[in-house]
This record gives sequence, structure tokens and C-alpha cells, in this order.
Amino acid sequence: MKAAPNLKIMNAKELTRIVLAKEELFILDVRNESDFNDWKIEGESVDIINIPYFNLLDGVDEALDQIPDGKKLLVVCAKEGSSKFVAEQIVEAGRTNVHYLEGGMKAWSEHLEPVEIGELKTGGSLYQFVRIGKGCLSYMVVSQGEAAVIDTLRMTDVFEQFAKEKGAVIKHTLDTHLHADHISGGRRLAEQTGATYWLPPKDATEVTFTYEKLEEGRDISVGSATIQIQPVYSPGHTIGSTSFIVDDQYLLTGDILFIESIGRPDLAGKAEDWVGDLRNTLYSRYAELSQDLMVLPAHFGKVTELGAGGRVMAKLSDLYQNNPGLNIQQEEEFRRTVTENLPPQPNAYQEIRQTNMGKITPSEDEQREMEVGPNRCAVHDK
Amino acid sequence: MPEIKTNMTLDCKGLACPMPIVKTKKAIDQLEEGQVIEVQATDKGSLADIQGWAKNTGHHYLGTVEDGDVLRHYIRKSRPAEVKEEKKHPHCVSNEDLAKKLAANDKITVIDVREPAEYSFNRIPGSISIPLGELEDHVHELNPEDEIYVVCRTGNRSDMACRLLSEKGFNQVKNVEPGMSGWTGPLENAEK
Repeated sequence: MKAAPNLKIMNAKELTRIVLAKEELFILDVRNESDFNDWKIEGESVDIINIPYFNLLDGVDEALDQIPDGKKLLVVCAKEGSSKFVAEQIVEAGRTNVHYLEGGMKAWSEHLEPVEIGELKTGGSLYQFVRIGKGCLSYMVVSQGEAAVIDTLRMTDVFEQFAKEKGAVIKHTLDTHLHADHISGGRRLAEQTGATYWLPPKDATEVTFTYEKLEEGRDISVGSATIQIQPVYSPGHTIGSTSFIVDDQYLLTGDILFIESIGRPDLAGKAEDWVGDLRNTLYSRYAELSQDLMVLPAHFGKVTELGAGGRVMAKLSDLYQNNPGLNIQQEEEFRRTVTENLPPQPNAYQEIRQTNMGKITPSEDEQREMEVGPNRCAVHDK
Repeated sequence: MPEIKTNMTLDCKGLACPMPIVKTKKAIDQLEEGQVIEVQATDKGSLADIQGWAKNTGHHYLGTVEDGDVLRHYIRKSRPAEVKEEKKHPHCVSNEDLAKKLAANDKITVIDVREPAEYSFNRIPGSISIPLGELEDHVHELNPEDEIYVVCRTGNRSDMACRLLSEKGFNQVKNVEPGMSGWTGPLENAEK
């Protein structure tokens, strides 16, 4: 293979910046068609086409015809090798402004972008970690040298490093529920930092490790200024699903309520049983809370849900107006919406649940493999 | 699983994509039509890629056996004649008709004329494996009075087999169309 000095490398952080800034980008995804159809890079200003690298072994003419000349081009594959292989040929064909994605979709899936959501009344801040490639969201409450992490993702180093930068010690890690689409980093982060790991007891009946029980009325404090995290039992996505109210301002809804959709009740195999719980949580429990609360979910489904700087948030009252999942009047129609025609289940969701229960311990590579693809936790994700 | 008969083995262990496919493409260019290659790879991504590549090139992906960390992919180089050959055997039945016969436990013989590697991965329960190339040598083992159903992947090789059997005096021979590519009835494989 000839050297291609004009080939540039783009990393996941830079790609995130481009997507959030809505800068124009043309992406040639050279993975196989089924992987591409399952999951791809999305952005409002992103044009993307798929030509598998194995169709380009004899030359890239087929691709050149479809790539606009002069526009910034990013070639993407699963890990990196094939995108480099194809991108080099495109450069050799005389094209400029050609990049390949460092670490491929693997790196894209694992990139976390921290954004500040807002300040807390008595000092301190709430941060959101946007896993833009997979649509997962984690949170960190930082106050007076202490921190709590909610719905920690597998990349625990990012949280440790971030807390260190903020001069805070991680005291608590909490999961809103037993996740089925990604592997929780909550337990590992707690072990690494000496923090306490909290789980809803009803989701933890089969876990193999010790944990603290998230129960209504049992407030958790962060920092000397006592930022209270107040658990609200809100079943429906799972039987134990618990929401948190932070600082009387923020409502962390886990996988119960998203910005443009609502949680699906079927990932633990109990769709019919949990429909009533889900409806009750969404139409009664949340309705009784202060409507000024800022809703912060554990996922987003579409890039259109990303706000300024990538933040995913909305006022509860706005969601009652605009979220289709909160505006289904008839119970029967609601039941059909959340149990029929659901999107496919997340990749390896049963193995992921087993891992989060501590029943199996896959290697890092296996965990990465299990998490491939979109989160698909919402009813309306397609 | 018993040994799968192949014509070539390609070692792609330890190679990351795109190399397993690049090497497979080169290797298959050297094979004769109808021959089977085994590609050994450790890159998990090679599974979906080799299926996609085979689909787009028209080569026939047979299946993959997992052997510890090694994925053994089997691909048969397709014959252009397979898709172009004119069908001449006059007696044909649909997959559905054969499935009904089998479900009714009618006394029939099903002969699978695909390569042994194809037969290994999926076959109709009770079918007998006689690859097209070996049929002539095995004709004497068959009874010309039996009701014989011949199956392959798409109905072309089985058509050739039916014509050969007719010439040899078999008069109750039927070609199953389309064959295994559209078979939705019961299956077995050597692993089960």
C-alpha cells in the first residue's frame, strides 16, 4: 500500500464537535450493509452513504461518483482498518479533505462528551455526559468536593478523571434501574473510588453483589451543602425503575420518560405486566410533581433531541405538551403503543442484563461487542 | 461436527479487516468453480463481512463454525452455469409439496446433490447426501422404482441430477424447486 500523506485523521471528539456545531460533513461508511442499517453516525448537517469496503477492493470509482468533490469527507468503518484502506485510495485518486475516523465506530460508541446542565442553588453543578454515538446519558452531581454519578456508563475512567478535575471525591454511584442496553459502570466506579453503589431493590433481586437500596424517603446527600437526591419510585420500564429529584430543580427520569418518547416496558420480558405501572408513573406520579422540574433522561433516540452544546433536557410541563408518549388519552391505545410494533430489542440485551446483575463477567472486548448499536430503550425509536 | 471437505484452507488468523476479505478474494480467484474454501479468521467482524461480500459477488456462503477463538468460514465458488443452465427435467415439485409428503410420512427418498459442506450446515432430515459430481458412481445404490426427490440449493444442480437419473432408467424422479435456498420446513445439521 502506498503512503497517502494527505490523508487526515479525525477522532471521536472532533466528530462530536462537528455534529453539535452542525458543520457540513460527508460520511462514507464502509461497513457491511446490515451493520450500517442497524446503526450509523447521525447529525443534522451530516450526509452519509454506505458502500461496503469489500465492494471497493478493485477500486474506489463507485464511491468517487457519489462523493461531492471539495466537501469534508470522513470514511468510517467498524474499527479503523478498512476505512483507512478505502480513504487512502480516495486520496490517491486525487481527492482532498479526506479523513478517516480514528478507532472507527468502536471509538464513536465509547466517546463521552461532558456538558454542564446548570448550577445548584447552594453551590456546585450538575453535569450531563452525552454518549453521542449510542444515545446514553450519565450525570454527575458535584458539590463541595463531593460527587455522585447517576447511570454511570462502562467508561469509568472518564468519570474518575472528570471528578478529579473538579476536585471532587465520588461518594455515590446510582443506577435508576437495571439497564438492558448498556453495561453499567456504577459498580466498578464505586469499587475504584470507595463510593457506595445504589440500586432499586426490586430490580436487584437477582444480583450477586452487595449494594445500598434506593428507596423512597431515603435521601442521599452530596457535599456539605447537602444537595439532596430524592428517589421517586417510578416503575414501568423495569419494576424497580426509580427517578431522582436533584436540588428540587432536576428530575432524572432514567428510561421512563425521554424528550421525544417514553420508555418501553418489554426488555425484561414483562411488557403486559408493566404497562399499568408505566401509565401510572407517566400520567399520575410525574403529573403530581412540580411542573417546573427540568427532565433529564438516561437516553436520547434522535439527534434532534440534542439541544445547545449537546444538552438533552426539557421542562416537565413542556413534555406534557409536546411528548407524544404523554398525550395518549385512551388506556387501550397506550397499551398498544407500548407493547406493539416496538423497535427491535437492543443488541445482546439479555447478556447485558446478566452482566449488570453480576452473573456473568465478560472481558472488555466482549463487553464492547455486546454494546454495539443504538440503545433502543424508547417506544418510538426506529 | 465431522470434517468438512474443502479444496483450500486460508489462514487469516490475527488479521484485522479489511485483510481477511482481501485475501479471500485473491484466494477464490484461484479456485475452480464449485470448489469450497475454508477461511480461518479471528476477527469477529469477518462474519458479517464475508456474508455481505459473498452476497454481493454471487459466491455461495455456506456457513461458519466457531472453533474457540477461530471462526471457520466456508464459501463455495459459484458456477456461472448454475444460474444460466436451461432446465430440462419435466417433473418438478415445489418445496411445499415435498414438505407435505414428508409430513405425511410417505415412503419417498430425498437425495441432496449439493457439496458435502453445504449439506453439513443445513439439510432436510432424512435426506441422503450424494454430491452431483459423485452421483454417477452411486447410481447403483439407488432403486429405480423408488419415488425420488432431488434437491440442491436453487434447483439447477438437482435438475442436472434428475436428467442423469432419468437416463439411467429412473422414472419416478422429481426435481424440487427452488430447493434449500427457499426451504422453510424442518432442518437438521451435524451439530445438532
